[in-house]
Amino acid sequence: MYRYDEFDQAFVKARVAEFSDQVKRRLAGELTEDQFKPLRLMNGVYLQLHAYMLRIAIPYGSLSPRQMRKLAHIARTYDKGYGHFTTRQNLQFHWPKLVDIPRILEELAEVEMHAIQTSGNCIRNVTADHFSGAAADEVADPRPYAEILRQWSSLHPEFSYLPRKFKIAVTGAARDRAAIEVHDIGLHLKKNDRGELGFAVFVGGGLGRTPMVAKKIRDFLPEEDLLTYVTAILRVYNLNGRRDNKYKARIKILVHETGTEELKAQVEKEFEELRESELKLPAADIRAIETYFAPPKLKARPEGDAVVSRAVKANPGFADWLRRNAHTHRNPDYASVTVSLKGIGEVPGDASDAQMDAIADLAEQYGNDEIRVSHEQNLILPHVARADLPAVHAALVEIGLATSNAGLITDIIACPGLDYCALANARSIPVAQEISQRFASQARQDEIGDLQIKISGCINACGHHHVGHIGILGVEKKGTELYQVTLGGSAREGSTIGEIIGRGFEPDEITDAVETIVDTYLARRESREESFLDAYRRLGPAPFKEALYGHEAKAA
Amino acid sequence: MKIVAANRLTDGETVWLGAGERWVDTIDAAHVAKDAEDEARIAAAGNAALSANIVVDVTLVDVEIVEGRILPKRLRERIRAGGPSIHPEIGKQARNAALNAA
Repeated sequence: MYRYDEFDQAFVKARVAEFSDQVKRRLAGELTEDQFKPLRLMNGVYLQLHAYMLRIAIPYGSLSPRQMRKLAHIARTYDKGYGHFTTRQNLQFHWPKLVDIPRILEELAEVEMHAIQTSGNCIRNVTADHFSGAAADEVADPRPYAEILRQWSSLHPEFSYLPRKFKIAVTGAARDRAAIEVHDIGLHLKKNDRGELGFAVFVGGGLGRTPMVAKKIRDFLPEEDLLTYVTAILRVYNLNGRRDNKYKARIKILVHETGTEELKAQVEKEFEELRESELKLPAADIRAIETYFAPPKLKARPEGDAVVSRAVKANPGFADWLRRNAHTHRNPDYASVTVSLKGIGEVPGDASDAQMDAIADLAEQYGNDEIRVSHEQNLILPHVARADLPAVHAALVEIGLATSNAGLITDIIACPGLDYCALANARSIPVAQEISQRFASQARQDEIGDLQIKISGCINACGHHHVGHIGILGVEKKGTELYQVTLGGSAREGSTIGEIIGRGFEPDEITDAVETIVDTYLARRESREESFLDAYRRLGPAPFKEALYGHEAKAA
Repeated sequence: MKIVAANRLTDGETVWLGAGERWVDTIDAAHVAKDAEDEARIAAAGNAALSANIVVDVTLVDVEIVEGRILPKRLRERIRAGGPSIHPEIGKQARNAALNAA
């Protein structure tokens, strides 16, 4: 993992001191709320319905056991004993007191963490494939580049007051697990014919009020030009992005209104001017950052196959978990484990302080000291010997985190919604919980197969509903909650935005509606091999519309 | 009918303007303005408390009286008054339940 150098450490400490002073002045009445609000937002402090909220950056979702224990300690000491992992691979505490936040930030700085740029119109936490450095299908580890982008974008003076927030995601595999096509910039790390590393560059993706899939403006950008090209994109956006209308201020609108070809020409022109500047990355610098992400020295554990096959026979629960929650590692003796934060009926993405401590222990004992947060709101142990999988599974059973549902219908993404969020119009979490309970049966989930449900409590789409195979958007209508359903969305390579299927559903109808959609899929699929998304793409919305609303048309 | 809701500056806790322009931490103790004049008065008191750095995010909330208790019309404000609907064991609802049980 990346370790802070002296510069990083001094920079974070200085920021803690600065914000502590700002909090002190606010509490003394020397700063008004209007003056303080932009300052607190720059430090990840929001105000929600019941309390302040502190959003902590987890760069590209990578955590050490020591950092995880610190998060557990903060949850226990300053909050209500839990934290919420988000779709941006960050962590939110929902109950911190303003008076405690300077101390919390001091504690975070002790473990090389902070809350800088987790809010505001700046470049936010750079996200990456949660299996980075471990996946068998990876061309190269995207984290060194994510780290270079993090260092470059931290308090970047030119890009601290952009027209709107700006999100960058990086993947190092053709199978996109980082949703790069729905980010402001998506980077796909790959090799060209000569074996050199570079990026396919996507621009102008995003969800929210106006969902758009990003456009590819470069098929291969040499790695040395990463910062130059990204700077060129940011400059074009900073200059031309709309500051007159908050809802049209993201780069996706600029790309849409300018046209991809014209925007690309503007970026290339800026790039040509910058190309030989100090932004060009020397190969030695890239390789130096890469050393922080050197693969762990994994011992040969050839007994894995025998151990796993014995455990599969002895324990059907382990067999289910292995099938869903163990991902193929580049080393055949190892696997990457998804620790599901989606227990049946639980709050998606929440983990208690005790669970966080236990995960830290597991990462130390079996996981080569690495933990990841996925944008799907689960935790990952990227390097576990297959021979240790039964022990890890047993330990996860003990702490209630062994649900065998990675990628299944109960592995639901949900934003905090109206239970916490001041922007929300409807609740998300109770809908997720009810759907999870309805489809609790492991056999039924396995029969349905891969199916992603994503739920947002307002149009800002933190729950990524537009790219859910089944997306659910909560709205407020005549003072009550109503849920709109979209079908056919996907955040994988070749992303698609889901289509609204028809009128919305009341809170007591939405789970039935999901079940109707699922039953329609099961009845119409060609075989078990045809996933929900494939079947929807083949069938189109008609049979689902008919199943959901047909009886109404007949009655009318 | 309206009440004034806000969050306390120091810890963010949801509070309401009560009798004697004191900030109270249960909605049951909020002062209900029943006419336009009283609404203007409590709104002014809320803004004064914002200026005095006692509270933030001051809002006027539409309420009705149901079975003798103050009930906000919007779900958002009802959740704000109780706590997250998914966690009956935390927030004001837990405190109120403990008080009722005692």
